[in-house]
Formats: sequence, C-alpha cells, structure tokens
Amino acid sequence: MAEVAYVEVGDRPIREVNAAIRAAVAEGRDVVVTNTLSRHNLGIGLPHGARVRFEGSVGYYCGGLNNGAQLEITRDAGWGLGEAMAAGEILVEGYVGMSAGASMRGGLIHIRGDAGPRCGVAMKGGDIIVEGRIGYLSGFMAHAGRIIALGGAGDACADSLWGGEVWVAGPIASLGVDTRVVEPDPSEVEAVEKLLASRGLEDSGRDWRKIVSAQKLWYFDSRDSRAWLMI
Amino acid sequence: MADDMSDRPHPFEPPDEELVAFGDGAVPGRPAGVPSSYDRGKSPRWTPEAIAEAHAVAQLGRYQIRGFSTFNTCFPTLDDLVFVPATMTRLPLEGYRESCDTKTVLGDRPGLVERPIELDIPIYIASMSFGALSASAKAALGHGASKVGTMTCTGEGGMLEDEREASKILVYQMTPSRYMLDLDHLRMADGIEIVVGQGAKPGTGGVLLGMKIPERVANMRTLPVGVDQRSTVRHPDFLGADDLKVKIEELREATGYRIPIFVKMGATRPRWDVAIAAKAGADVIVLDGAEGGTGASPELLLDHTGIPTMSAIPAAREALEEAGLADEVKLVAAGGIRSGADAAKCLALGADCVMIGFAALMALGCNSPRYLEDYEALGTSPGRCHHCHTGRCPVGITTQDPELERRMDVAAGAERVARLLTAWTMEISLLAKACGKSSVHNLEKEDLRALSLEASAFTGVPLAGIDRPYSW
Repeated sequence: MAEVAYVEVGDRPIREVNAAIRAAVAEGRDVVVTNTLSRHNLGIGLPHGARVRFEGSVGYYCGGLNNGAQLEITRDAGWGLGEAMAAGEILVEGYVGMSAGASMRGGLIHIRGDAGPRCGVAMKGGDIIVEGRIGYLSGFMAHAGRIIALGGAGDACADSLWGGEVWVAGPIASLGVDTRVVEPDPSEVEAVEKLLASRGLEDSGRDWRKIVSAQKLWYFDSRDSRAWLMI
Repeated sequence: MADDMSDRPHPFEPPDEELVAFGDGAVPGRPAGVPSSYDRGKSPRWTPEAIAEAHAVAQLGRYQIRGFSTFNTCFPTLDDLVFVPATMTRLPLEGYRESCDTKTVLGDRPGLVERPIELDIPIYIASMSFGALSASAKAALGHGASKVGTMTCTGEGGMLEDEREASKILVYQMTPSRYMLDLDHLRMADGIEIVVGQGAKPGTGGVLLGMKIPERVANMRTLPVGVDQRSTVRHPDFLGADDLKVKIEELREATGYRIPIFVKMGATRPRWDVAIAAKAGADVIVLDGAEGGTGASPELLLDHTGIPTMSAIPAAREALEEAGLADEVKLVAAGGIRSGADAAKCLALGADCVMIGFAALMALGCNSPRYLEDYEALGTSPGRCHHCHTGRCPVGITTQDPELERRMDVAAGAERVARLLTAWTMEISLLAKACGKSSVHNLEKEDLRALSLEASAFTGVPLAGIDRPYSW
C-alpha cells in the first residue's frame, strides 16, 4: 500500500494543486487535500481508482466531470458539486450549495447535511442521497437517475422532470409542474432502502413519496402532425 | 357653412346621379370608379401573412414552430455595404495572381492555451446538432471542412462518432441541456464552445420535435423516444459572469489547458455581453446575429428577437478594444452569411472569422429542386422550404428518417461543402486584394462604405459619397 499523499491548497494556483492531486493519483496513492479554503475547481475530471479526501470546505464544481474517483469532503461544498460526473462516488459530510450533481450521468453523491436549490438539476443518471433537505427546484428537468432526500424537499420539487425519480421522506414544501406522486412498488422501496443501508442509513419507518414525471410537458400542446407539417 | 356650396351661381341643372357615378357603360348595380375597400385591401398592417397567422394560431391554440431563419423584412442586409477598393490613396494587389493570407488562428491568448486552433481559411461550419441534422449530413460537413483545412462544431446533441472521425478539427458544444456531456469527449475535442444563447432565438433553449428523436438521438440525449424536446436555456450550474469565469477554469482543468474555450451568444447587447464574456476568460467569442438559422424555433422568436449581425460586429469589436482584450480574444461572427462577399464584409466590420450554418446546408443540397413531390407534401417548394422542424427534409439533410437520409450522398455533399468554402475563400481574398490587403484579416471598416443611412447608422461605416458615418 503506497503512502498517503498530502496536497496543500492554501493560496496556491488551482492548476498546480490539481496537477499535484493527479500526479499522486497516477502513482496509485490515496490523496488527502488540506487547507482547502473553499477554493473552486478542486479535483476536476479525476479517473477511476482515484481516492481523494478534501479536509475542509470546497468551492464550486468540486469533483466535477468525475470519471470514477472516490471523493470525500469533510465539511461543506459550493455549487455544482460533482457536476456531469459519469461514475464514482462523492461523500460530503456537511452541507452543499446549489446544483449538486448537475447533469450527472452516473455514480453516487452522498450528502450528510442539506443540499441547496436545484439539487440533481438536468441529471441523466446515477443516485444522489441527501440525508437532510433538498432545496427548491430540485430535480429540475432531470432525465434519469434517482434523487433520495431523507429530510424533506423545498418548493417546486421535481419541477419539469423528463424522467428519473425523486424520493422524499419528510415534508415537501410544494411539488413542481408536471409531477406525479406515485405509490412505489415494494421492490423499488427495497432497492432504495438497500442502497441507503449500504451507506449506513437503515431505517424501516420511512414514509416515502416517489415523484415522477406526469409527462404532460413531454409533448407540445395540441400535438397534431398535420398541423406541424403544414406550418 | 363652408361645405354648403349650393347657393352659388351655377350654369347647370343638377346632372343625372347615374352619370355622376360613372354609371354609363358600367356593370349594372356596380358603378365604376368607387373602389371596393374589399378589393382594394393591401393593408400595410393586416397583410395576407398577418391574416394567415391569426387564422393559424386561432386553429392551433399555440405559437407556431418552424426551422430556417428570420422572415422579418426590416432586417438590413450586408448588401447595404460595398467595398471601396484601392485607387489612388492605396495600392491594390493582383487579384488573380498575388497571394493573400487566409490563415485564421483562434484561441491564441498568449501563454494560456497549449493548442490554439489553426484554420487555413477564415470560415468554419457552425454548431448544428446530430438530431437537427442526420448523421450523414454531420459526416459530410466534417469531411468537407477537413478537406479545406477548417472545422465543424458538434451542436447540442453530444459528440457523434461519425463527426469526430470526419472532422480533423472539432469543437465540442456545451449547451445548458448538457446532453451526453462526457469527459472523454471533452478531451477528444479541439475546443469547447459554451453556449449562452443563439442568434435565432436568444434567451430561449433549443427545440427538437419528436419526429426527429428516434432511438439513437434519444439515447445520446437521455430522452424518451419521440418526445418534443424543448431544452433549457439557463445552465444548470452557473448563472452569472462571475460563475462563468469559474466554469471556464473548470473546463480548462478538465482538458489540461490544451484547448481553447469559446463562448457563443446571440446578438442582443453585444457591447456589454461581449465585454463580460471576454473578461470572464473566453478565448473566442462567437456572436450569432438574429439572422442566424435553426432547425426549429418558435417562429415569433426568429422574427422578433435579437439584432442584426451587421450591427453586432462593430459593437463587439468596440467592446473588446475598450476592455483592452482585442489582441487576446478572437471574435467569430455568424448569422445570415450567404456569400464570400458577406463574409468579407463581416471581417471588415471587425470579425476574425465567420461561422456558417445554412450556407453549408445549401451546399449539401438544402432547398435544391429535387424530389419535388416531397416538398409539395410539406406545402412548400424548393427555394422557400423552411420545414426542418418536421424532420421530413425532402433532400435528406434535416431528418432522422433513414430513407430520406439516403438522398444525401456523403461524398458528393462533402465535395460541395469543400468547393463552397474554397469559392468563398477566393471571394474574400479577391476583395481583400482589391482593397490592397495581403491578409484577409487586414480588411477594415475603412474599406467599406454604406449605401443606406440605416446601414451607416447600424455600423458606423461612412456613408458613400460624404464619407462620414451617419450619426446624431
């Protein structure tokens, strides 16, 4: 087992910090990033097999375009955490700002605190688990994937979903447009609970609401192929 | 009282009313000479088109969607500008013989980008998505562009293998919808274009109707087959200029500072928008005028939003100069460019390069007079077809129907695209040489004169004759 590599952030250029992280990852070492100072763009586009722990809070886009790395953030994260990630795992011990997991396509984001607005916006796959509450417009125009919020949801929850699912245990301030609350299958509940159990979050007493697209916005109103063709 | 003239002396008895009404020789019951207001018509307000539009929306209960570009007749055209070649004050170059540099470099901010984009010509093919266009059309554009040393851009539907293989130089377009955004694709690209707007419908997201979303397109976009895709316009993870700056840094980190970052916008307030994008760190700004085309858009946005390309370029150039970034940030102009002369005028107005969409589709065969019965089935005819949104493109370009797609031969299409680009480049350099320029990039506003007050006022180009720009 290679020795853990420590990378200090401080006021160093972010390019240098990320280069140091990538170099340590390339050597097969686990990386601990210290003195993060909420700097933006830490750990962008890391590959499968990378294991990086950020000690402190991070700014925008931490873990963005993640290609399979396992990341841990010991405090809070800013906007666009793990945006467009394709695979891997991101664990945040604290709270997260706007647009966590924006347009992510795969992998898992696990947030222990609350998530800000537009959590899982434009999401195209993967799972987001939020132990706290998800902010307003969470899941906005998501295509696929699952957002699982244990502590409730803000206004306009799951607004304009194309597809995908938003699972909420706890109060929902209001539902977004074109949503439908459906009774989940026992097998689906089992799958969600199993995922949560794998994260140490067993609790059989949750009152789930599963929100999906009502599909009214899938088609432009007054759909009529004859009219379309003659315009 | 003034109206009552009956008391004045008059030598005649009151005449026959029938004769006053030109009744002699007229059709019975319809005196000649009193025009029927119905027959007269020609209201400048309620034109036959306006009446038809009211009838259409009254039936549909929604706005109309169509492809192509603005039909607003009030837009100025680049024909309102002419070049004033070298005569006594300047020396022309031999148009038929001497060489003229057409090489165009994008993304060469000193010391920042490892691999700036080097094009042999000052024209490239605009971002048009796989989805809006067939895979064959994308491939043909790529091969045609590669043949003459220029590039294409993916468009919003993600990176298509066919196009990556065909295009030696390919810019990856990152739109707000982020369909199939993939790190490996970003790293395979030669540039990244962040879209904050487009000329055809600034302030509104893309449209791709269900007829054009078969399985392959649906999979790339993570959408159900056949839905009417109406995309987002706001990016999911940044809102303003300060965030854009961080986003640009993220993309540089993801791609190792190797490739340039473009920001594409519709022309609305270019004086400010361009300055902001440049200061946020864009290497290249793509400014798409309101004449820009699209595969589908709410019609009213095509006709009633955005400002003309002609007026946007000088404003953008001024903005870059004022920001002190004119030497660092490159400006690409697009929107309604129809010829080498149009392109040359854009360069003279201040663009470093131009981007063409529909012109390249014309080279592929858009609106060509073949398969007439299929134009007819769409209620249109060659020369006026704008039915890209239906996916029933009679010439197989803007379609996902395999049978229609076969009508566009990739090799022949690519050859025509290459020839059009070659011809336009010759046209641009011919004009440049007439103006005494050994590089097309030396064309300048002083090489132009305006034929109309409007064109002069929009661009600051001196009016023909008095040699002063029209101003207040």
